Amino acid sequence: MMDAPLLPLFILLTSLLASPILFALPERAAGLRTSINLSMAALKVALVGWLSLKVAQGVIYDLRFEMLPGLEFKLQADPLAILFIALSAVLWLITTVYSVGYLEHGPHRARFFGFFSLCVAATVGIAMSGNLFTFLLFYELLTLATYPLVIHRGDAAALRAGRIYLIYTLAGGLVLLLGTLGLWVLAGTTDFTPGGVLADVAAETPLAAQLLFIVLIGALGVKAALFPFHAWLPIAMVAPAPVSALLHAVAVVKAGAFGIMRVVYEVFGIETAQELGLTAPLAVLAGITIIYGSLKAITQDDIKKRLAYSTVSQVSYITLGVALASPIAAVGALAHLIHQGLMKITMFMAAGNLAEGLGAKRVSQMDSVGRIMPGTMLAFTLAALAMIGLPPLAGFVSKWYLAQGGLDAGQDWVIALLLGSSLLNAIYFLPMLHRAWFRDAASDKAGAPGRPRIGWMLAAPPVTTAVLVLVAGGLANAPFSPLEWTRFIVAIEYQE
Amino acid sequence: MTLDLDMMMMAIFLPLFGAIAAFILPRAAALVGLVTLALTTGAVIALGLEVRQSGAVVLPLGGWGAPLGIDLRADGLSVAMLALTSAVGFLVSIAALDALKGADQARERQYFWPLWLLLLTGINGVYLSTDIFNLYVMIEVIALAAVGLTVLSATRAAVQAGLEYMYASILGALLFLMGVGFIYLQIGRLDFTGLMGAEPTAALIAAVALMFVGLALKTALFPLHLWLPAAHANATAPASALLSGLVVKAALYIVLRLAQYMPFPSETLLTLVGLMGAGAVIWGGIQALRAERLKLLVAWSTVAQIGLIFVAFARAGEVGLTESWKAAALLILAHGIAKAAMFLAAGRIKDEIGHDVIRDLDRAPVRPTLAQFTFALAAISLIGLPPSLGFIGKWSLMEGALVAGYWHWVAVTMLGTLLSVAYFSRVLSAFLRFDRIRTPVAEHQGWALADAAPLTLALTAIGLGLMAAPILRFIEIGYPFGAAL
Amino acid sequence: MTPDLIYGLTGMAVFGIGLVGALCAQDRLRRVLALKLCSVGAAFVLVVGAWREPPGAPDPVPHALVITGIVVMVSATAVALALIRRLQTLEAEDDA
Repeated sequence: MMDAPLLPLFILLTSLLASPILFALPERAAGLRTSINLSMAALKVALVGWLSLKVAQGVIYDLRFEMLPGLEFKLQADPLAILFIALSAVLWLITTVYSVGYLEHGPHRARFFGFFSLCVAATVGIAMSGNLFTFLLFYELLTLATYPLVIHRGDAAALRAGRIYLIYTLAGGLVLLLGTLGLWVLAGTTDFTPGGVLADVAAETPLAAQLLFIVLIGALGVKAALFPFHAWLPIAMVAPAPVSALLHAVAVVKAGAFGIMRVVYEVFGIETAQELGLTAPLAVLAGITIIYGSLKAITQDDIKKRLAYSTVSQVSYITLGVALASPIAAVGALAHLIHQGLMKITMFMAAGNLAEGLGAKRVSQMDSVGRIMPGTMLAFTLAALAMIGLPPLAGFVSKWYLAQGGLDAGQDWVIALLLGSSLLNAIYFLPMLHRAWFRDAASDKAGAPGRPRIGWMLAAPPVTTAVLVLVAGGLANAPFSPLEWTRFIVAIEYQE
Repeated sequence: MTLDLDMMMMAIFLPLFGAIAAFILPRAAALVGLVTLALTTGAVIALGLEVRQSGAVVLPLGGWGAPLGIDLRADGLSVAMLALTSAVGFLVSIAALDALKGADQARERQYFWPLWLLLLTGINGVYLSTDIFNLYVMIEVIALAAVGLTVLSATRAAVQAGLEYMYASILGALLFLMGVGFIYLQIGRLDFTGLMGAEPTAALIAAVALMFVGLALKTALFPLHLWLPAAHANATAPASALLSGLVVKAALYIVLRLAQYMPFPSETLLTLVGLMGAGAVIWGGIQALRAERLKLLVAWSTVAQIGLIFVAFARAGEVGLTESWKAAALLILAHGIAKAAMFLAAGRIKDEIGHDVIRDLDRAPVRPTLAQFTFALAAISLIGLPPSLGFIGKWSLMEGALVAGYWHWVAVTMLGTLLSVAYFSRVLSAFLRFDRIRTPVAEHQGWALADAAPLTLALTAIGLGLMAAPILRFIEIGYPFGAAL
Repeated sequence: MTPDLIYGLTGMAVFGIGLVGALCAQDRLRRVLALKLCSVGAAFVLVVGAWREPPGAPDPVPHALVITGIVVMVSATAVALALIRRLQTLEAEDDA
């Protein structure tokens, strides 16, 4: 197979270059737009597949370009990057199909898909950033690209939500800028290096290192919806369904969680972070977020809001796994990065279908929807059960490793936390399932709406991702499963 | 060698002759203007290549040479400023072809070109001068031409603003002249080399402070900014772009040169400068938040951004003063490009929608998409979001302040960033709001060739961020001053 | 007190008077005149720079500077006056 050192760049460009073309296309050129979208998304999946093969073979990709004296724009494709790109590439393809169906007759499609592509480019850039400086560039690009998507509806409510979103994320970005500068000034490099670059600084001036940790994690915690910086996420639910799906599964919250991983593993290094005494408080904070998000989710009647609070809770599993500082927990965290994406995107697309097909936006409107839209609801059910942690679904695998990691790290409270969280998951998901499948819509004022009209472009994507949830859990030990890849990464980060 | 030296003469005298020709031949004014700009740009490029190859070049006018005669000198920083002027000027000129094409704009068309070319003479003259009296003459030339451009539309508001600008400008120049006089009294020399070697006596510092106040007035540093918002907001769009993008930069450049070559004043004075800058960042931001019209908002943002540049001068105190100018230079370049783009885009939006009342922008059934997009891109650079040149400038500023342990300047910069996000998002969210109009919006309406120039500028402002390392290397050519003499 | 000091202080005083006028005067024409005063004051200070201990010949550079300054100031005054007239016409039209 031929060797292409620019492969990471090509992967970035598939969506980065698609974006201006999509902007420029006239509104009515729907066919052309769809073919560009789909072919670029498919091309990206193919390129990512190729890249992961090469990386598994041990090829090292490292693209650099000097932006300021000593500061480089650096793209790399390490196994951790591959994990995240693979997720975003596959889910981009699926979400693109879904969006095309969802927006079939909606306004401003040129703009939507332009920013959609840009958003994916930013996510891929975040994944492949070789240093915190480059990470910052893409992190801010992600904010800018998602803002127009969040306020896509263009009404007063959307703009209000958009403003809150922008305030949170740009303020977070500004703090990240400060943290990046601090790292640059303290360590003289911002490169992501397994084992970290701050061991010397932490030994000399632990206070500065601790401050830096708080600044960086705080900044990333905004996007990762870490308590108390989570408030924007439920509000951003005004976005169209495919945007919410992407925001929750791949783009924004994951970018934050992924950043926390990079910072803990490759800026500080897990040992240094532990010595600074900062991983334990982070784990506790993640634990609080997990419980808090679940508790809030129970009280929400709006389906998307309930899912949003569920995300607040679920994404913190990743942070928890990182902060436990145990290789086994790390496996759980990384696997959950993928698993949560698959589960949550399924649920958001299913929720979008309910809203589109039946006008059902509230939990109380979900009575007997399972019988009207069995495919969609089957996918939703599968994802919900996986979230609760039913074996052998994907969510179980993550929780299993997290729990083992908790034991390994001597943090037994994690077991209780996970059990409690699963119980809460069950409390807010099972009633939805119960309504959908077992309650008659006798009280339905609108009368039986008959068969909802939902095209295959809306129906197929959630079913596909639900199948992936099943596969990721059931075949967790097969080669090239997310879990296997995760073990590969952990070996690197823990330098075993 | 002779050829290269001529390039500096050409950069100053070509626009001067062009101005005269454009004045004599009003019908061909636009053609004369564009040809002159093309030739001047060519001269600047040739000069830039020469500087890159062999370092700073010096031309003693009339063969006299400093300290008695007048030297022209081009180093990396001068060429960067000349290049900024040529590039922005050329694109603004192209935009002006469209912006001034109206049947009722014959008068504006007639005077725009000679005034703008005269302005170019003055600006290029500033960037090539090496003595402070020559600088005085050049800033007066700039002032006259700039006031002319301000009142081009001949509305009452514009003439009133232009007159206020004139007063401020003359006063600023006279304060500068007074400072020049004092300096000559003390050291008997007016050239930079003479200044560099001078003892930093209290009297000399006072003279420099006088010059600084004059320049602060001209560049509208808070609290001497009162004339700017009205002048920049009421001029026609291409004139606003030139005024905000280029004219204030000339005075800023002189401050920058003084910072490079003057004896260190004192930590207190430097802090004072930084405080004035901080005041501008905050007050300009607040006023931009309150502005009712788009162009006024953009003008107030200029006040805030200039403040940030002065913060860059003060950011690192005595320790970092020798490096401070680089952050300031980056911010100057970034602001020049992005602000010109933004004013042109604002002008396009006003033309298409018919007004520029921010509150009612979202009621417009016509959405000039490309102009709005340009506005957003320019805002990205002005806010300082990556990877724009504005971001790089802000990064350098904050880096220096952090290294020196000056947390307050870091805080000011971050506050300024948040304020700029707040006031620009007022406009950007209006672009994206659609529920206040009944008729369907045709989003792709309003595409025009006229958007090409501002869009190019805005994309340049963002793209140049990726070129920051070579730009920094280039502006250091010929620094410090003495090295080339 | 040497003559050059007297001359220089006078220049500064004149400049100061002009400065106060330029900042405080309400009337447009007055402000132009105040600015003219400033320029005269600045010219004084420059001319003092030409002073040499007698019997040495005076330094010609400041003279050249002052002449240039005067030329610049004349054109600036002309522009300011033209603007004032223009503004008055516009105001008269608006009032009418």
